[in-house]
Amino acid sequence: MSVKRNFSNDRTFLIDTTRCTGCRSCQVACKQWNQMKAEETTFFQGEGYQNPAHLSENTLTAVKFIDGWRYGRNEFAFYKEMCMHCNEPACVSVCPVSAFIKTPEGPVIYDAKRCIGCRFCMIACPFGIPKYQWSKGLPLVVKCSGCFSRVKEGLIPACAKACPTAITYGSRQEMIDEANRRITAHPGKYMSRIYGLEEAGGTSVLYLSAIPFNELGFKKVTQRPLPSLTWAALRFVPTAFITMGGSLAFISWLTNRKERLRREKEMGEDQKASGKEDGQ
Amino acid sequence: MTAMKKIVSEIQDFHIFLRILIVLVTAGLIAAIARFTFGLGATTNLSDVYPWGLWVSFDVVTAVPLAAGAFVLGAIVHCFHIKKLEPLVRPAIVTGFLGYSLVCIGLLLDLGQPHRGWHIFAYPNLHSPMFEVALCVMSYTTVALLEFLAPVFEKFGFHLPLRFLRTLELPLIVLGAAIATLHQSTIGTFFLIAVDKLHNLWYNPILPLLFWISAVFTGRCIIIIEAVMVHRYLDQPDETELLATLARIIPWFLGIYLVLKVYALFFLSERPLFDRPGLTALFTIEMVAGIIIPLIMFLHKRIRKDSTMQLRAAGLVVMFGLVLNRFNVSMFGMIQKNQQIYYPSAIETIVTIGIIAAHILFFAVVARYFPIFEHHPEDVDYAIPDGFRRVKKPLTIGKPS
Repeated sequence: MSVKRNFSNDRTFLIDTTRCTGCRSCQVACKQWNQMKAEETTFFQGEGYQNPAHLSENTLTAVKFIDGWRYGRNEFAFYKEMCMHCNEPACVSVCPVSAFIKTPEGPVIYDAKRCIGCRFCMIACPFGIPKYQWSKGLPLVVKCSGCFSRVKEGLIPACAKACPTAITYGSRQEMIDEANRRITAHPGKYMSRIYGLEEAGGTSVLYLSAIPFNELGFKKVTQRPLPSLTWAALRFVPTAFITMGGSLAFISWLTNRKERLRREKEMGEDQKASGKEDGQ
Repeated sequence: MTAMKKIVSEIQDFHIFLRILIVLVTAGLIAAIARFTFGLGATTNLSDVYPWGLWVSFDVVTAVPLAAGAFVLGAIVHCFHIKKLEPLVRPAIVTGFLGYSLVCIGLLLDLGQPHRGWHIFAYPNLHSPMFEVALCVMSYTTVALLEFLAPVFEKFGFHLPLRFLRTLELPLIVLGAAIATLHQSTIGTFFLIAVDKLHNLWYNPILPLLFWISAVFTGRCIIIIEAVMVHRYLDQPDETELLATLARIIPWFLGIYLVLKVYALFFLSERPLFDRPGLTALFTIEMVAGIIIPLIMFLHKRIRKDSTMQLRAAGLVVMFGLVLNRFNVSMFGMIQKNQQIYYPSAIETIVTIGIIAAHILFFAVVARYFPIFEHHPEDVDYAIPDGFRRVKKPLTIGKPS
């Protein structure tokens, strides 16, 4: 857990799913910029024309399709799944070798050179984002870097650049303000909630939607920053160590002393007895 | 060549059961080589949905509390001076050392980049439970190795290092118990991050404390199982009476565990609790078979003093309950509704069986060649030695004339 900082200037995605057309240019741009391998896929593995079915070691972002009968009509909606770049990321806190870093700019990046491949980040991530190179002999984790290499140079991420309609990119405060502006301007159009504002303690990817978020495939996630959950227990570690070690050492000293005194007494009595014998 | 012949003739001398174990260990070894040759994805049923499988659930999360006997008993005997339990200490230390060594091997097999294990020291992350456990397991294995070296040095007659170890004995036991407290509980902390994944029946903020308490009573039970087995199959004296002493403390810990668990369930857990029939069944079996039945059994003096019943209560019931609990937390409880079900692949299973077989085999081999049972209270000096020279003599204050 890093020291609490102000996240309002972090680079943030605002993804308006009502504006998404499902063109998947974000997917293509992501593959190209990150030079990821193509996947052999078929349609209708997920709902509708979703393709590929889920994120994987070769796919860092994918558009999920909602294409089915809901509310008495055929609902057609999309949701771009990607790393949420949490303010206080679980992956950063659980990694034993500090392979994940929350950059001051906002993106959460992964240092493949440090990773030992324990997969704790995959267990910890509330959004199920880190994926593993199951096809390799010595696998690593892969995950969206928020195009940190571009952001550092003042560019915007590849997917945001390629998106013709739905993605707005800027500081977190600006994006929150923009989202609220849209919600108040079109109260009938949007659910009155920004996904990512509070989820997992706040994220640098914010979503707007016309249908309930769980219907779109968003996970229900706690509003507490996840690192605080393990830290609540871990912070007792030094205390536990000192208490346990100290009390056991003290008890051993006490019992040892008792033993010593008992022996001394016995020895004294022996001496007395032998002294009497000598005297006679 | 002659050395080879000697080894072969020794092995031919082994009991058939041990020879079967050798076969199982070899199979495990071959499976482990296959894992490194073909990769994790090809040899295991792990996936992005189940990043942790049998190897983490059993070889790490379950094996660590099963190896807890050494720290529990060491603390009882050396810190509280319950000397009559001394004969049980060395076998427990051997079990602990073997257990932890095999945990390390299991961990290395499961890592994607095992050759980078040293990164733990190079890039430490103090906020990671995994970092804490890795550090603890490494240091505890070292401590257990030092404790285990005593019978080895005795066997070869290395007196100086033996005296050195004798001086270190008590500090090592205290250190071992303190380290064990940390990692036994921190394995529970692992799953605190899995909020919204681990089912409410098991997810609660005192999970680390529950893990520690269950490790303590399981540690005692493992000692009972081991002593009864050693008596039955390795021709060692019957220690039933000593074990009854040990068994007297178990219901206390089972009771505390039960109270805390019920408290956590009612006051610290989220709702709903009983929405998934499968998980409810697993939970009920775990609590009834693993906690309530042994609690009732160990409360009966007659059962505590009966060797067969001790074994049944300790082994079949408590151990079963613990294994089920750890699997519930690390595997079954993590399965989401409508998720595909994970089952271990053949290679995962063979490796795990090989690890269990290796534990029993190595214990039997160590027991055969090293003096781990010839350690009785009458020839042990409990006083902390004043210096290196006076180790074997009893501590004397004022010279008797």
